[in-house]
Amino acid sequence: MIQKQMQERAKQMLSLGEVTCVLGWKKGDFSTNPQPAVFESEKDLEDLVYDKYCAANLSKYLVELTKKEGKVLVFLKPCDTYSFNQLLKENLIKKERSYIIGIGCEGNMQVDDDMQEIGLLEKCQTCTKTAHMVFDELIGEELTVRQGDDPFEGVLNLEQMSSDERYGFWREELSKCIRCNACRNVCPACNCRKCVFDNNKYDTAQKVNASSFEEQMFHIIRAYHVAGRCTDCGECSRVCPQLIDLHLLNRKFIKDINEFYGEFQAGADTDTPSPLTDFNIDTDPEPGSVHKRG
Amino acid sequence: MQKIGVFVCHCGTNIAGTVNIDEVVENAKHEPGVKYVAEYPYMCSEAGQSMVQKAIDEHDLSGIVISACSPRMHETTFRRAAARTKLNPFMLEMANIREQCSWVHKDKEEATNKAHALTRAAIAKVHHNTPLFPGESPVTKRALVIGGGIAGVSCALDIAEAGFVVDIVESTPSIGGKMAQLDKTFPTLDCSACILTPKMVDAQFHENINIHTYSEIESVEGFVGDFTITIRKKARSVDMKKCTGCGACYDKCPIKKIPGEFDEGLGMRTAIYTPFAQAIPNVPVIDREHCLKFKTGKCGLCETVCAPDAIDFEQEDELITEKYGAVIIATGITPISLDKFGEYAYTSPDVITSLEFERMTNAAGPTKGELIRISDKKKPKSITFIQCVGSRDVAVRSKTYCSKICCMYTAKHAMLVKDKYPDIEVNVFYIDVRTPGKNFDEFYRRAVEEYGVNYIKGQVGKVVDNGDSLWIQAVDMLDNKQIKTKTDLIVLATAIEPVKSVRNIAGMLSASIDTNNFMTEAHPKLKPVESPTAGVFLAGACQGPKDIPETVAGAGATAAKVIGLLAKDKLITNPCIADLDPYYCNGCSACEKVCPYGAISYEDTEINDHGKKAIRRIAVINKALCQGCGACVVTCPSGAMDLLGFSNRQITAEVDAICR
Repeated sequence: MIQKQMQERAKQMLSLGEVTCVLGWKKGDFSTNPQPAVFESEKDLEDLVYDKYCAANLSKYLVELTKKEGKVLVFLKPCDTYSFNQLLKENLIKKERSYIIGIGCEGNMQVDDDMQEIGLLEKCQTCTKTAHMVFDELIGEELTVRQGDDPFEGVLNLEQMSSDERYGFWREELSKCIRCNACRNVCPACNCRKCVFDNNKYDTAQKVNASSFEEQMFHIIRAYHVAGRCTDCGECSRVCPQLIDLHLLNRKFIKDINEFYGEFQAGADTDTPSPLTDFNIDTDPEPGSVHKRG
Repeated sequence: MQKIGVFVCHCGTNIAGTVNIDEVVENAKHEPGVKYVAEYPYMCSEAGQSMVQKAIDEHDLSGIVISACSPRMHETTFRRAAARTKLNPFMLEMANIREQCSWVHKDKEEATNKAHALTRAAIAKVHHNTPLFPGESPVTKRALVIGGGIAGVSCALDIAEAGFVVDIVESTPSIGGKMAQLDKTFPTLDCSACILTPKMVDAQFHENINIHTYSEIESVEGFVGDFTITIRKKARSVDMKKCTGCGACYDKCPIKKIPGEFDEGLGMRTAIYTPFAQAIPNVPVIDREHCLKFKTGKCGLCETVCAPDAIDFEQEDELITEKYGAVIIATGITPISLDKFGEYAYTSPDVITSLEFERMTNAAGPTKGELIRISDKKKPKSITFIQCVGSRDVAVRSKTYCSKICCMYTAKHAMLVKDKYPDIEVNVFYIDVRTPGKNFDEFYRRAVEEYGVNYIKGQVGKVVDNGDSLWIQAVDMLDNKQIKTKTDLIVLATAIEPVKSVRNIAGMLSASIDTNNFMTEAHPKLKPVESPTAGVFLAGACQGPKDIPETVAGAGATAAKVIGLLAKDKLITNPCIADLDPYYCNGCSACEKVCPYGAISYEDTEINDHGKKAIRRIAVINKALCQGCGACVVTCPSGAMDLLGFSNRQITAEVDAICR
C-alpha cells in the first residue's frame, strides 16, 4: 500500500512548512466512497486514504485552493495530471502554489447500489493515460498499468447507427437526466465563473429552460463548450447518478479532432494549441470536408 | 420598447419582380415594435433617403430596418441618412432581400416568404441594437511596398511624387523584377531595360523612397493607418555605405560556375555577385552557400581586392522596425516548375522556357543575344514555340487559368527570331491565340503575315531529344492530322503563378488569397486594387496574370488609393468591436490566442463583483487594434466576450425570428 508512504511524505512536508495544506482523499460514509479532502495538520492526515475507490480527480479543487497564499501538496493519478495541465494552460491554477506528488494507479473500481464491486470504472477499463504528464515527485508509479479496452469503441458503435437510431439513443439516455449538475460541477473543463445555463445575461439559460427537451440541449451545449479542452478524465460519467454515458459525447469530439486535425490529447502539455482554436492554412481540412463527413 | 420603422425597397424590378412587396409590407406591420412601414421603388435615391429621414423625425423612430440590397452595397448610404436625423446610425439594420433573396429565387411565393423572414429577422435584431459611436485612429504617413518589380517601383514613385515616404522591400539583391530580365516588350518592341532602368534610377534617387533589397518581411502588427512592420535585411556581407560598385570583387572571385538566377540558369555567376549590370543598388552580395570563405574559411580574395574595404564576412541580418499607414503587395509572378511535364523533355538543354529565351535573345544575356542550341552551340535551323504549357488545363500539375501574356510574347519571340535570322523556320503550336489589347491583334498578325511565322492550331503530345535534333509529335487540329516533325530548339510558353512567398506575406497581413495563390481584391470591379483588409493594397501580377502596360496602369491606381488614405489625418474606426463583460471572464486566455490582430491582452484587474472586490486576471481589449472579426466571441467558453453590433443576443434573436 502506498497510502502509508503518501501520509508520511505529506506529514513531512507539512511539518517542514514546505506546503500549507494537502489535497487528497479521506474516508467517506462507506469504505467504497472516499471523498476529496483538504488536510491542514499532521493529525488530520491520519484520515488520508488512497485505495482502489479513490477515483475523484483532484485537479479542479486547485482552482480555488491556489488562489490562496501558500502552497498545496496534491496527489494526482496519471489521468488527473492531464486535467492539471489543461487548467494550467487556461491560467486557472497557479503552478507555483502547488506541489504535485504523482501516485501510481491500478484502476478504480465501481460499485453497485448494494456497494458490491462490479468491475473497473469505464474510464479505467479504457485507460490510456499511464504516465504522469506533470509532477514534482512520484510515489508508487510502478503500480500503473494500462487497462486495454479501445476508448473509441462506444463512439464507433454510435457512428454505425443511423441518424434516427442515434437520435433515439440520445433522447432515451438524456431523458434520464435530472439536471443535478453533478457532471458540470465535477468537470475540470467546466470552469466558467458563471455557467451560461445560470446566467441571465445571455439567452441560453432561458432558451434551454423553455425547451421541451432541456436536458438534451444542456448536455450537447456542454459537450461543445468543453470540446478541445476535455482530457477525457471520465468524471462526468462516474458521478452521474443516472448512469448516463456522458463521456461518449466528449469522446466523439475527441475522435473527430484526432481524425480531422491529427492526434491531439488535451492536457498532455501546456503549450500545444488546441486544434479547435488554432488554424493552419496548409494542413487543416476545409470546414466543408468536415461538414460532408457528418 | 423600440419604435421601429421598416422601409421596403423595390429596387425597380430587381426585388419587386420576384418579391410581393405589398405582402412584405403588410407582414412587417404586424411584427412587434413596428410603428411605421413604407415602400418605395428606389429607397437609396435622394427621394427614398429623405422619406426615411422624414419618417424617423415624424414618427420618433428609435430603430429602422431597410429591406433592400446587401449591406455591403448600401448600409453606409443609409447610415449616413440616419446620421442626418437624431437617430444613431447604428440603430439601423439592413435586410438583404435582393442578393440573398430576389436574385437567387424564381418562385415568387417562396421569395416573398423569404423576404418576410429576412425582414422579420432584421426587426428582431434591431430590438437589441444599442447606439454605437465610432472612434478615431491615427494615420502614419508612410507606405511600404512589398516587391521591387515594375509594379512596386511605379507604385512607389507615384506615391513618393505625392509627397509621402515609401519604403520598398525586395527579396532579391536588386530591384527590377521580371521586367529587368526581358529583352523587348510587346506590342511596341521597345527595349525593356531602356524603359525600366531609368525608373529604377528614379526610385533610387528619390528623396521619399528608401529601398531595402535582399530583405524580407519579418512580422506585421497593427492595422490600417498604423501598421508596425519589421523588415529583415539579410546579411549582404558587403557594406552598402562603403561599396563603390567597382566590381573588382566579382572579377577576382574564384567560384565562377554558379547558375545565375537572373539568366535563368543559362549563364554563370560568381559567389560574390550583382545580378545584372544595371542592378540597383549596384552593391554585390555574397552567396554564403557557395562562397569558399564561408564554406572552408579560406579564400577572402574579394576582401583583399576591395579598395574601400567594404567586404564584411561578419555581417549579420539586420532587423528594421518601422510604422506604416498602408502596405502594397506587389510580389509578382514566376514561371511554374516544369518537373511534372515530362512530355516536353524540358530536361534537354535545347528545350527552354520563354523566360530563358528572353535571356538568350538579350544582348546583355549569357549568349550576348546570339540564338544557339545550348547542347552543341550551333545556330538552330528551326525553332518551335509551344503555347499554354501548364495553362488552361484542369490537370493537377497545371493551372486552370490563362496566363494571358504568353500569346503576345510568343508572337514577339517569333518576330525577333525572324527579324534577326530570316532563314530560321518558326512554328508555333497554340490552342487559341488571344490578343485583346491595344495594338495586340495587329502585332500578332504582323508575325503571321509579314514575318511568315507558321501558326499550327494544336497541342504537342511528345518531345524527344535525339541528340542532334528534337522530335515532336503533335496534332494539327485544323487539318485533322498527326504531325511528326523535327526541330532544333523548343521554347515553352510556361504558365505563370504567384511567387511562393506571397502566402506567407498574405498570412502576416491577413489579406486573402485565392486557390491559385493570387491575391483577392476587395471587389473585382469597385475595389480592384484594394485587398479586403483595410490598408492593404495590391499592385501588379500578384492579383492575376498581367502584362506590363496593365501592371503600370494598375500600380498608378493603387498609388491613387494609397495617397487617398495617407492624405487623411485620422480614420474613423468601426465601433462594431469586441466587448468584454469582466464579471464573467475567467482568465483562460482562449480569446488572446485566437485574436488575429493581437488586440487582446490579459491584466490583473480589480473587479467589484456586487460589492465583493477581487483581483482577477481578465482580458483587456485594445479598441484601436480590434477589427471586430468575432473570433474571440465564439471562442470564449463563458460567453464573457461579445461583439458590439453583432451580439450573441442579436444573432439569437435573428435566428429565432427566422425559425418562427
